[in-house]
Amino acid sequence: MSNNSANSSNLVIAQKVVKQLRLEASVRRIKVSQAAADLKTFCLQNAHKDPLLMGVPSSDNPFRPPKSCALF
Amino acid sequence: MGEMEELRKEADNLKDQITEARKVVQDTTLQEAVAGTTLVGRVQLKTRKTLRGHLAKIYAMHWGTDTKLCVSASQDGKLIVWDTLTTNKVNAIPLKSSWVMTCAYAPSGNMVACGGLDNMCSIYNLKGKDGNVKVMRELAAHTGYLSCCRFLSDSEIITSSGDCTCILWDIETGTEKTIFAGHLGDCMSLAVSPDFKMFISGACDFTAKLWDIREATCRQTFSGHESDINAIGFFPNGNAVITGSDDATCKLYDLRADQELITYQDSGIMCGVTSLAPSLSGRLLLAGYDDFNVNIWDMLKAERVGVLAGHDNRVSCIGVSSDGMACCTGSWDSFLKIWN
Repeated sequence: MSNNSANSSNLVIAQKVVKQLRLEASVRRIKVSQAAADLKTFCLQNAHKDPLLMGVPSSDNPFRPPKSCALF
Repeated sequence: MGEMEELRKEADNLKDQITEARKVVQDTTLQEAVAGTTLVGRVQLKTRKTLRGHLAKIYAMHWGTDTKLCVSASQDGKLIVWDTLTTNKVNAIPLKSSWVMTCAYAPSGNMVACGGLDNMCSIYNLKGKDGNVKVMRELAAHTGYLSCCRFLSDSEIITSSGDCTCILWDIETGTEKTIFAGHLGDCMSLAVSPDFKMFISGACDFTAKLWDIREATCRQTFSGHESDINAIGFFPNGNAVITGSDDATCKLYDLRADQELITYQDSGIMCGVTSLAPSLSGRLLLAGYDDFNVNIWDMLKAERVGVLAGHDNRVSCIGVSSDGMACCTGSWDSFLKIWN
């Protein structure tokens, strides 16, 4: 009857949820100290080539037309 | 029913196990780990170009990999490919449906894609023989709006939808290769990992999910947000994920530690995050908000270090070019701005 088929599809959904949770629970995790250290290292090592962080000198800025030379 | 009750108990046990396992590796916090790192100095970017031409709200933009071209989508029913250096329009593509919500540039530069309330992802060939840009494929299978799309190559694209699923498509045949189901709310945004093996999705069920593209499985689920996740992106080395939400915060989740590392929030910010993009080194997080501004965060120290104020309406999309040289913002005020 329709009640049984609704029950069995709820069962299938519940089984899928449990299966997915088992998968997610089995993930191998590293320590936050290592994760944080790696993020920090990546940022610091690549900082010098990050234009938005370092600023772009107008001579190297493709979005800025070169200004005429001014002698101070 | 006995079995339902058992399954419910097992599910609760597994959730507790995951919470415990995450605590076990939490030997410190990101905040503590960067206590000795100096805060980034004030970041002041200027508008270098304004791209004018759309006649209605801009909903999405995406940089091409060549770093000069970008594509934008507006509810004026057009996709425009811009040369950001000259501000010239390389292509102005009229769309069948003006209710567009997303657009994407293929890494090869040969195609663009878009979609929205028509529930379809339309692929356009930019390099057709006679020079005309035509619809190449219309990918139809989603039963809800298309919120985001990203090319893996000229032959594969991933879409996210209001029907709570994401789909990997074969563009050649126009058919679904894999359906990624699991979210319990509209999928709002997706991002592909730098190595193209994984992708992440953010949804209205307040979670972000990491998917293995070839295995077709969800590997990890990240919670913590208190409202819809509207924007999502990978940290440049692919090991972490950044999310932006209607709860007015952005969060950084580390994939290998399987947990949230930090939240980017400020008591003065009370409106939703619409879009986000990291700078090249990952040190800066640029996030667009409903209050018309873009806030620039020091990603390690979680403090605001700059603001981009220049739009007269909500910032709906943001992107940093692949060489990190410029940031592009798109707004409901119908303009795109290039900043650096």
